Amino acid sequence: MASSAAVATVSAELPSLLLIRRLDPPFAAALRQRFRVLDFFASGEPLPAFLAAAASSPDPPRAAVIVGGGVVRVDAAFLDSVPSLRCIVGTGTGVDHLDLAECARRGVVVANAGAVYSVDVADHAVGLLIDVLRRVSAAERFVRRRLWPVHGDYPLGTKLGGKRVGIIGLGNIGSLIAKRLEAFGCIVYYNSRRPKDLVSYKYFPNVKDLASESDVLVVACALNKETRHVVNKDVLEALGKDGIIINIGRGANVDEVELIRALKEGRIAGAGLDVFENEPKVPAELLTMENVVLTPHIAVLTSESRSDLRDNTIGNLEAFFAGKPLLTPVLPM
Amino acid sequence: MESLGVLLLHPMDAYLEQELARRCRLLRFCWDAPPDRRDAFLRAHAGSVRAVVTGGVAGAGAALIDALPRLEIVACFSVGFDRVDLARCRERGVRVTNTPGVLTDDVADLAVGLAIAVLRRIPQADGYVRAGQWKAKGDFTLTTRFSGKRVGIIGLGRIGLAIARRVEAFGCPVSYYQRTKRDYPNYTFFPTVVELAATSDVLVVACSLNEQSRRIVSREVIDALGPGGVLVNIGRGGHVDEPELVAALAEGRLGGAGLDVFEDEPEVPEALVALDNVVLAPHMGSGTRETRRAMADVVLGNLEAHVSGKPLLTPVV
Repeated sequence: MASSAAVATVSAELPSLLLIRRLDPPFAAALRQRFRVLDFFASGEPLPAFLAAAASSPDPPRAAVIVGGGVVRVDAAFLDSVPSLRCIVGTGTGVDHLDLAECARRGVVVANAGAVYSVDVADHAVGLLIDVLRRVSAAERFVRRRLWPVHGDYPLGTKLGGKRVGIIGLGNIGSLIAKRLEAFGCIVYYNSRRPKDLVSYKYFPNVKDLASESDVLVVACALNKETRHVVNKDVLEALGKDGIIINIGRGANVDEVELIRALKEGRIAGAGLDVFENEPKVPAELLTMENVVLTPHIAVLTSESRSDLRDNTIGNLEAFFAGKPLLTPVLPM
Repeated sequence: MESLGVLLLHPMDAYLEQELARRCRLLRFCWDAPPDRRDAFLRAHAGSVRAVVTGGVAGAGAALIDALPRLEIVACFSVGFDRVDLARCRERGVRVTNTPGVLTDDVADLAVGLAIAVLRRIPQADGYVRAGQWKAKGDFTLTTRFSGKRVGIIGLGRIGLAIARRVEAFGCPVSYYQRTKRDYPNYTFFPTVVELAATSDVLVVACSLNEQSRRIVSREVIDALGPGGVLVNIGRGGHVDEPELVAALAEGRLGGAGLDVFEDEPEVPEALVALDNVVLAPHMGSGTRETRRAMADVVLGNLEAHVSGKPLLTPVV
């Protein structure tokens, strides 16, 4: 019997679903309409006990929705403890919390959030870029502090048109950023592991060369061993004193200590940052700089992303239970 | 043009001022002085001023034009000339020039930047971080997606078209209002601003200010735009019924606004500063080093053309 602390619907006809993620009410309700939800966070139990109870329930779950970010790792031990699992749906794009090799070995199919977040992240990157170049947030503070009548015009920004924007990572997000910036007259360059077919932007096999020919560097890549501190001291130096960094990837894509040093010393011109190495801690030196724009990891925080994620997750689960291919498969590839 | 007496109405750009000083006989107006001192100044220099260089907000009214009997040309360091008394200039045979084209991209960029800033609450989020709230209170609020929002543009001129092309890259359907319908396959025409507002999520003011467009964003238009709607004004403060706008924003009858211009710059209503569903900018649509330089060159180019009897580069009158 499933633990009484697990939140479950009464009907035994609904397929069981393992849930290891906190959900907003509409998402939770949508899942409960369709599945018998075994909710880890609601159960309050330690994970091993929760998984054991799920595995020994009359209808052990064949599918799971599992959050990323280090809360739980789906490895051999996890899969052994709930052998009924045949499908894992992640709610982010990253799947580094899943041992994909182990899933593949067992024939467990895996889906992620696909491109659900890409548009909002791309829009936020463009918003940050315009803000930094045109000083929108800084000028806003100037107006709110009643300085406009006192000091006259706010110091001039710099034009977007003709700026060379180097995008690190031309995946879903990077491509959407490129398409948007072209409409502003920016010249797009990029770096990624391999050049992309059917893309007319100039490719740079290494990030330092990309930086030396760019006015703006946009970090739009995933975080992994190769991309940790991809923006390092050398790259910042290559970018130069008129250069700008926009980071909508992960804080650890950028050497934050070196970035702050470069900003303090005027060796780069500014930055727009949505992510930091130690969130929610933001280094104090950044908080008083006028040439940076700082946002609290909000690139995906729109109601549309929330509902798109809900639709994508449910769509993947329904496809699995209907014996159809997943909508946004990671495995099989 | 070394003999051209130029009256610079107020400081507006260091490069422009430096070039005027170098190439003409520059007089700097005592803009901040009390009225009697300003009048005395004009009387003293009336004989030598043949050109006035002014900004968009200062303009050149009838009183100034009348005080300068030798005035031949008013060169605006702006694309807007709503505060220049064109009728008086025509009567007197005074030429008027502005700076169209060179600032189109910057103004369009800021319009889109303001729209994203309002919808995604970027300045508010930045303030949240600077005030330590991320650590103290946790996640910021949910906002709404910019891409795909229906954008309505009042005035599909140079700037309006530049805005349309940018928002199209975000998948935003574009509609517009202007006096005459044109043949744009991708843009939907509406014969009234109210209808445009009713079908828009973001309404952008991009037309010039004149008698027909004064307060074109009325209470009726604001109500049609509604609690989910956002107004972006990169035109003139005079395009909008400002008290109505402020009330609508404060009461939630309008969702938000991104404003680069105000009725009484540089004064901004206290009630607007108190709101957090607005983004306020200090009239910086053309505010980049590159564009101000290009604008200055247009002003100088117009003055040069005038003194050498060549066609003006960008005449209004």
